[in-house]
Amino acid sequence: MASLGAIATAPLKAKREGDKSAKSIVFMGVLWFTIFFSVLCLGTLLVNAFFDGWTRLDGNLITRYSSTVLPETAGARAAILGSALVIVMTAVLAIPLGVAAGVYLEEFADPRRWYNKIIEVNLTNLAAVPAIVYGMLTAGVALSIGLPRRVVLAGAIALALLILPVIIITTREAMRAVPREIREGSLALGATPLQTVWRQTLPSAVPGIATGSIIALSRALGEAAPLLLLGGLVFVSYDPNGLFSGYTVLPIQIYDWVKEPQLAFQQVASAAIILMLGLLLLMNAVAIVIRNRYQKRW
Amino acid sequence: MTSHTYSTRADSAEDDHEAAPRVEVNRDTRRSLPPDPKPIMECDGVDVYYGDFRAVTDVSLGFGHNEITALIGPSGCGKSTLLRSLNRMNDLIVSARVEGSVTFHGQSIYGKDVDPIEVRRRIGMVFQKPNPFPKSIYDNVAYGPRVTGMKVSSMDDLVEEALTKSALWDEVKDKLKDSGLGLSGGQQQRLCIARTIAIRPEVILMDEPCSALDPIATSRIEDLMIELRDEYSIIIVTHNMQQAARVADRTAFFTALAAEGSGDRTGLLVEYDLTTKIFSAPADERTENYISGRFG
Repeated sequence: MASLGAIATAPLKAKREGDKSAKSIVFMGVLWFTIFFSVLCLGTLLVNAFFDGWTRLDGNLITRYSSTVLPETAGARAAILGSALVIVMTAVLAIPLGVAAGVYLEEFADPRRWYNKIIEVNLTNLAAVPAIVYGMLTAGVALSIGLPRRVVLAGAIALALLILPVIIITTREAMRAVPREIREGSLALGATPLQTVWRQTLPSAVPGIATGSIIALSRALGEAAPLLLLGGLVFVSYDPNGLFSGYTVLPIQIYDWVKEPQLAFQQVASAAIILMLGLLLLMNAVAIVIRNRYQKRW
Repeated sequence: MTSHTYSTRADSAEDDHEAAPRVEVNRDTRRSLPPDPKPIMECDGVDVYYGDFRAVTDVSLGFGHNEITALIGPSGCGKSTLLRSLNRMNDLIVSARVEGSVTFHGQSIYGKDVDPIEVRRRIGMVFQKPNPFPKSIYDNVAYGPRVTGMKVSSMDDLVEEALTKSALWDEVKDKLKDSGLGLSGGQQQRLCIARTIAIRPEVILMDEPCSALDPIATSRIEDLMIELRDEYSIIIVTHNMQQAARVADRTAFFTALAAEGSGDRTGLLVEYDLTTKIFSAPADERTENYISGRFG
């Protein structure tokens, strides 16, 4: 009986250089450099903002209104409240509409119909349309229906239009991730298509929809262009108190301060940038936590 | 209960170098069945199309009341497609279209004023891959009665009854609030059967219900089918000939043939008879070749 050792076999030792060849090393080097470069840019921005603004990360920043004469104690109170109100209104407008549209397109629309095909193509395009275009659209519509342009509602409409395609696409993707077997199982038990969506597919898709919506809202939070186009006010020294109130938001407030020549304005602008980045980070972190904790694995 | 073993072919003249595989037909021989089924459902000249592609051609057969009917045949012979057209699950595929007549108690299930929801409530379905909902075991079973608005005096009793009938109650009675996804594959499939039973259908369609299960779980499901036979009419698609031989009262053998005038293959019904007959003395040579393992 032959022992195992007698069986001839090729050694497992690597003959080729594999990942140690010059080409691989250069390629890896390029990959590392691109990562390094992007992180460096972000890092420079953060460090710069922090050194300029850390002295102004104080209570005044969130409790006081902006000022044209006293930059040392000026705050972003109106902008913080304005941002909060506009974002909440944006969510209220965009999420129900976007989710409903996504559910319709994914579950009920007949993909063979020409109008559904047109919607399909346009949706992807809309998600890539520059933000300012939504500002122009809203301004035009506001003018024709007699809605004042410079109020919270108009800003929220512009931002809602901006993130609507993203929410629709996110909803569709989250619904599509629910296995076909779940839908079939529900329908085979005598559930109607609507019951199936309401009781099975939509609840299973909620974590995905929530994650996508939060990320879309964080984009809206950082957006200044459409609101500037709507004539968003840059100097507001009162709290926004309703949908038809004048307002400003953090990005506009930062824009306004950065324009000023005095050093103290640059400092308070940097402090506001840190505050906004912190908020964005928080929102994205919440989105990631929701995704990791509630996403279903089938 | 006695069981009889039939060999597929008593003496093989051609296959002298290789004995024909023996297929065990384990039947309750007290059960005497008429040569023709007393049908609860009937197909008459059924063609199923996906777009221009004809997946099933001219199928006519009757599914016996309180009998188990097996649909067997090689892959691509249209048996699953036919099964899914029996409770209008094919409606969910936009390009699918059924021609010919499919009747349930003599009424066409594709009639103009027929509600597909009601069809699916009366003709339940168990799928190939166990597909419990991401809900508790209790809610999985209660789902059907809830969505169909069944009048039940006690949901708890109904859930217990369905789980008992599907031979799962003893294993899950202490964890009804646990997720159905936490069960083993075989338990999940019995949960899916329980969930189907809970809406009290008359017919249960099973699409390869054991193909994702191990032999022990498979055998439990087969025992369950035999028990359910007295109350329900069962139509099962299976790739496993032995399974058809073990559980089915009647067996329909399908094959895929190139359709006239096109290169596409289409599913045809070759032979439909009592399982004992199909596995002992098939009338068609193709059936014989298939069950003796020579193709498919």
